[in-house]
Amino acid sequence: MLLDFVNKSRKTKLIIVIESKSLAVFLCDMQKSASKKAPTKTNTCFHCADPCGDQKINYDNKYFCCQGCKTVYQLFVQNEMETFYELQSNPGHTPKEVGGKYDYLRTESIAQKLLSFSSDTHAIVSLYIPAIHCSSCIWLLENLSKLQKGVLQSEVNFPKKTVQIQYYPKETNLYELVMLLSHIGYEPYISLDKDPQKKPPKDRSLIYKLGLAGFAFGNIMFLSFPEYFETSEFWLDQYKGLFRGLTLLFSLPVVGYAATDYLKSAYKGLRAKHLNIDLPISLGIIALFTRSVTDILMGWGPGFLDSLSGLIFFLLLGKFFQQKTYQHLSFERDYTAYFPMAATQIDSNGKEQHKPIHQIEEGDTLLIRHQEVIPVDGVVSQGHAAIDYSYVSGESTPYSKEVGDAVFAGGKQMAAAIEITATKTVSQSYLTQLWSHAAFSGKDKLPFQHFTDRISKRFTIAILSIAVAAGMVWLFLEPAQSLHVFTAVLIVACPCALALAAPFTLGNMLRIYGRQGLYLKDIHVIEKIAGINSFVFDKTGTLSSTQKSHIEYHGAPLHGRELALLKNSFRNANHPLSRTLYDYLPEAAIQLPIEFHEILAQGIECHFAQHSVKAGAASFTGATGVRLKTATRVHIAINNKYKGFYEFKTPYRVGIRSLISRLKNKQIYVFSGDQDTEKQALIAMGFQADHLFFNQKPEDKLRQIEHLQNKARRVMMVGDGLNDAGALAKSDVGLALSEDIAVFTPACDGILEAGQLLHLDQFQASAQRAMKIIQYSLIGSLCYNLIGIGFAVSGHLEPVVAAILMPLSAISIVGYTTLATHRIGKKLQALKSQSPLQN
Amino acid sequence: MGVIYLLLTISVVVALGFFAAFIGAVRQGQFDDPYTPGVRMLFEDELVKPNQDQKENLDKNITKNKLHS
Repeated sequence: MLLDFVNKSRKTKLIIVIESKSLAVFLCDMQKSASKKAPTKTNTCFHCADPCGDQKINYDNKYFCCQGCKTVYQLFVQNEMETFYELQSNPGHTPKEVGGKYDYLRTESIAQKLLSFSSDTHAIVSLYIPAIHCSSCIWLLENLSKLQKGVLQSEVNFPKKTVQIQYYPKETNLYELVMLLSHIGYEPYISLDKDPQKKPPKDRSLIYKLGLAGFAFGNIMFLSFPEYFETSEFWLDQYKGLFRGLTLLFSLPVVGYAATDYLKSAYKGLRAKHLNIDLPISLGIIALFTRSVTDILMGWGPGFLDSLSGLIFFLLLGKFFQQKTYQHLSFERDYTAYFPMAATQIDSNGKEQHKPIHQIEEGDTLLIRHQEVIPVDGVVSQGHAAIDYSYVSGESTPYSKEVGDAVFAGGKQMAAAIEITATKTVSQSYLTQLWSHAAFSGKDKLPFQHFTDRISKRFTIAILSIAVAAGMVWLFLEPAQSLHVFTAVLIVACPCALALAAPFTLGNMLRIYGRQGLYLKDIHVIEKIAGINSFVFDKTGTLSSTQKSHIEYHGAPLHGRELALLKNSFRNANHPLSRTLYDYLPEAAIQLPIEFHEILAQGIECHFAQHSVKAGAASFTGATGVRLKTATRVHIAINNKYKGFYEFKTPYRVGIRSLISRLKNKQIYVFSGDQDTEKQALIAMGFQADHLFFNQKPEDKLRQIEHLQNKARRVMMVGDGLNDAGALAKSDVGLALSEDIAVFTPACDGILEAGQLLHLDQFQASAQRAMKIIQYSLIGSLCYNLIGIGFAVSGHLEPVVAAILMPLSAISIVGYTTLATHRIGKKLQALKSQSPLQN
Repeated sequence: MGVIYLLLTISVVVALGFFAAFIGAVRQGQFDDPYTPGVRMLFEDELVKPNQDQKENLDKNITKNKLHS
């Protein structure tokens, strides 16, 4: 129907009117997410738990906030799926209007790209659904077959927020599935970078290795047990060879498979003339293994295979622990994650066809529907555009664009369908060009030496010299013992505890940060955060909040009757600002206007029986003495008499001022893509005037960061939009700020929940404390090494001593780091519960 | 004391059995998603089970395809 409408309007050159229903749904969503807190039981939606407001729908003795939620409820009840509501109260999501957004999936060749398996009779698709959040979601999505004929089975992966659907392509298709999911509030996220065929298979080698090492460790310990007591019982002596032989067998796969990562890494380090922590570990492993093998084969003793497998088991455990990943978050996104797979092209005959966006050429005419993202730079050729650039700049107030105006890739159309003529290809567009910069290939990052690597260099040299010296001394005392002592030093000096301190401390910190709303890519970021001395903030969407715009009225006071007139005038208007004002104004009885005009780029004019209302630009309403536009304003005139204006202010996030004062001894910058209208406000908040940069293009931000780094600064960038992507990639630590972590963020080192921005200084302080903990553990592990070396150089290193010392040091270090990081976690937790009301 | 051979063999075989079970579990992907199966287990009664024949058929199809590719 929509398509027909668009076709018709193209012929008659009509200006398309905003599809007001879908816009209203969108605005109602915006409003809801802003006021999601503190719903009262009687007034919340049975489906989605949002407050129902005044237009609640009573159906089946239950309240619903909108038609969408009610429809979903009806659908579930019809299909006997009420269990959805029994598993969890108010589990649903308000379905969003999708319109023709997914029409391209009807094109077989495009849909085929999304399938992970397809044959004539079966097809499998895996879809990412950000809305998955509770057990009811799992239940519902796994019962899709009840709602859609042809679905064979569906399986949810909760941590990844994906659902894998197996279906019969003869009975249903991908388009139908996606539409169904969208209608029930589980809109999948389909974007260009989702290409299941390209994905590498999941790497499970660490789990295999860990399992193998644990298995061997247990069994070797078990078989070595009789040896620990040095009993010279006849039958034990008789079977010694058998026991030792078995332990040797068990240890072979440990060294040959489980330990390969360490040996390889040490070898690579050596070739690059770089002494990393894996080198002393590998020396230890090799010494342990060769010494044990010779001991066993020559019948000299039981060897150290229990220590060897224990060492590798603990090391792998540390590696496993530090691998905490947030599977549903992605830290590698580029613009392709934001763009749809295909765009609707209108060819010279006026026919619509779906074209993968990389094939779009200059001069192509594209149809951009409501809620669709513009994939290439272009010029509006038909229709009235209201472009939301929040993906790009963080600014969510839509920009109005008319025929002939340029629009940029990354903007989202908030009004009805428009047509644009592409002026550039995808990769040439203003925004996407940014990704050709070296910062994105990862080669441009500054080299960073990790703390443990710095230590390990000296450590390796120290133990090697001790081992050689001790060996030399014994060469004179008792030549037969010399080699034993040499290997014994390498064995006990193996920095197991040192190698465990960092993974366990930082792995714990990663989890603690996760609980506080800071999701980091990996543990190395924590070390970098500790060393940051310059902070750079984006303004729109980062320092200022995108969600609630502050509305203030200035001018002659408006009375109740006048407010009612205004509300009724805005009811019919489609401009985004009008819709926002409509929601802002108090409820009023409905009065239908006699005449209503919406004049593009000017405002609205509305005539009632006795009154008339004009709202919009200053000149349109006859405002005088109003200086140049510094903020978004809607001027009001009633009965041709100018009254005043509503101002939309950018509200800054709570607690920014105190954050700035706490970061006083660091360098703080603001790089903003906007005009400098907010300069005074920022200075008042404590920023230094010469550290504020405005009108920064994405490339400028990147270059500014580079400039700071050249001055030996360690820079953290906090931003939110795609225009910060370059700066995020270039900076030492790039944090993407996000109102809702299910929503997309550009590639970064970490994702920070917007509400936690004010604790940024505390996050850094805890990172520094964590590094302190690692230093203390280092001292502890060195003490163990000294004791061990004492045994070794005096020639007394019995296998049982090594078998006790190594696990003991490992466990005590892990215990210490766990307790110490737990205390940091407590401190951060206490911060969160504090009221953040101080501004 | 020849029985020690028997006992050791049994102990090693049992241990290997468990190890093989572990490897099998990892292979099946049981460690990929540690959360959802626990929740799904509680739904069993409400879940619509696909026709057993169809499922087997599909599974075969998939493995065949994987082998080819």
